[in-house]
Amino acid sequence: MLADLGDDARALAGGHSLIPMMKLRLATPAHLVDLADVSDLRGIRADGGDIVVGAMTTQHELIGSDLLGANIPLVRETSLVIADPQVRYVGTLGGNVANGDPGNDMPAVMMCLGASYHVTGKGGERRIPAREFYQGAYFTALEPGEILTAVRIPVPPAGHGSAYEKLKRKVGDYATAAAAVVLTMKGTEVATCSIGLTNVAETPLWAEAAAKIIAGSTLDDATMKRAVAAAEAITSPASDARGPAQYRTKMAGVMVARALARAKSRARA
Amino acid sequence: MAKSQIAMTVNGKAVEALVEPRTLLIHFLREQLNLTGPHIGCETSHCGACTVDLDGKSVKSCTVFAVQANGGDIRTIEGMAAADGTLHALQEGFREMHGLQCGFCTPGMIVRAYRLLEENKNPTEEEIRLGISGNLCRCTGYQNIVKAIQYAAAKLGGVPFQEAAE
Repeated sequence: MLADLGDDARALAGGHSLIPMMKLRLATPAHLVDLADVSDLRGIRADGGDIVVGAMTTQHELIGSDLLGANIPLVRETSLVIADPQVRYVGTLGGNVANGDPGNDMPAVMMCLGASYHVTGKGGERRIPAREFYQGAYFTALEPGEILTAVRIPVPPAGHGSAYEKLKRKVGDYATAAAAVVLTMKGTEVATCSIGLTNVAETPLWAEAAAKIIAGSTLDDATMKRAVAAAEAITSPASDARGPAQYRTKMAGVMVARALARAKSRARA
Repeated sequence: MAKSQIAMTVNGKAVEALVEPRTLLIHFLREQLNLTGPHIGCETSHCGACTVDLDGKSVKSCTVFAVQANGGDIRTIEGMAAADGTLHALQEGFREMHGLQCGFCTPGMIVRAYRLLEENKNPTEEEIRLGISGNLCRCTGYQNIVKAIQYAAAKLGGVPFQEAAE
């Protein structure tokens, strides 16, 4: 149906991004296709070394999932700082990652975790790595008529530490800047590290260079400084009500430093 | 636009109606069912004044289409008191603890607090504050709203309410 209607139609998941956009006339779809009754799009399951989350799984269900809580606690931590309880009952993971809004929190987290998206259209199914999905604000690798059906997240090694640090003005706000970190420790050294950044560019960012600087270090002050500078260097935030661009870039650096320290404190060597 | 037939349960009663696909649930409740308890505050899913209970979840009815609630079970503030008019423990708590001043946020607050207490019978103060973080009140500073919810939790749990020392 979505494929037949083409550009005139939008898939409706939880609706908590799309309906507000329609009220502002930023989206004016002639047709909405409600995905609520497609049971294949729901549920959270383990599949080999991955956890596969159906696109229509709500933030509330992510928070309540023991499987995710035990294996990828970063997801619950992130869901808890998204919007408010009412919105989390309805807002979905698929909507959050597929919408392409740079203010959404899950895209940077999924880039940090190395997740991939299951996408289905008339041409069949394909998988797109989160790190290759975001092309611009509200512009993604999804083709017209395609929908995102599931998010596949590789489970990080046991003993890993993670954190999501989000600076926001109030409950329900998008991030002024936010950072996601997953790392593993070997003795006193960081063995592996991945960093994602939210709402400090047209797209979520994977801070590869900053993470490379951290790997092999003990998170000493000098290394932290270099990594923070490398993360700040890839940002290009807008100046808006959340602050001037320069401030938001600096806050991205602060969020990276805090997330690294907290992830390390949670990791077991 | 052709209208859609919807059917749902609202405050325990079966309801059937024709709605435009674009009709928001809050407009359906207020204008077609004359349930004007749920309020339209911001209409941008921030303030929580329009909160209703839908299938065991608190939702902001300004951000749900009426057709999405087809087949659903809805409770609004009008469905909180017993049939004989006896107030729900939450309503009593808001009265006893002065949990409202202008009252505009109250229907949303009470319906949200209802779901919170269904999920967590004995919440801490912090859990209450996080639980109502999607509901804005511009009068009270929230202190007495928190007390009202604590009052209701105690009453529903059958224990005497002890106001925390200031």
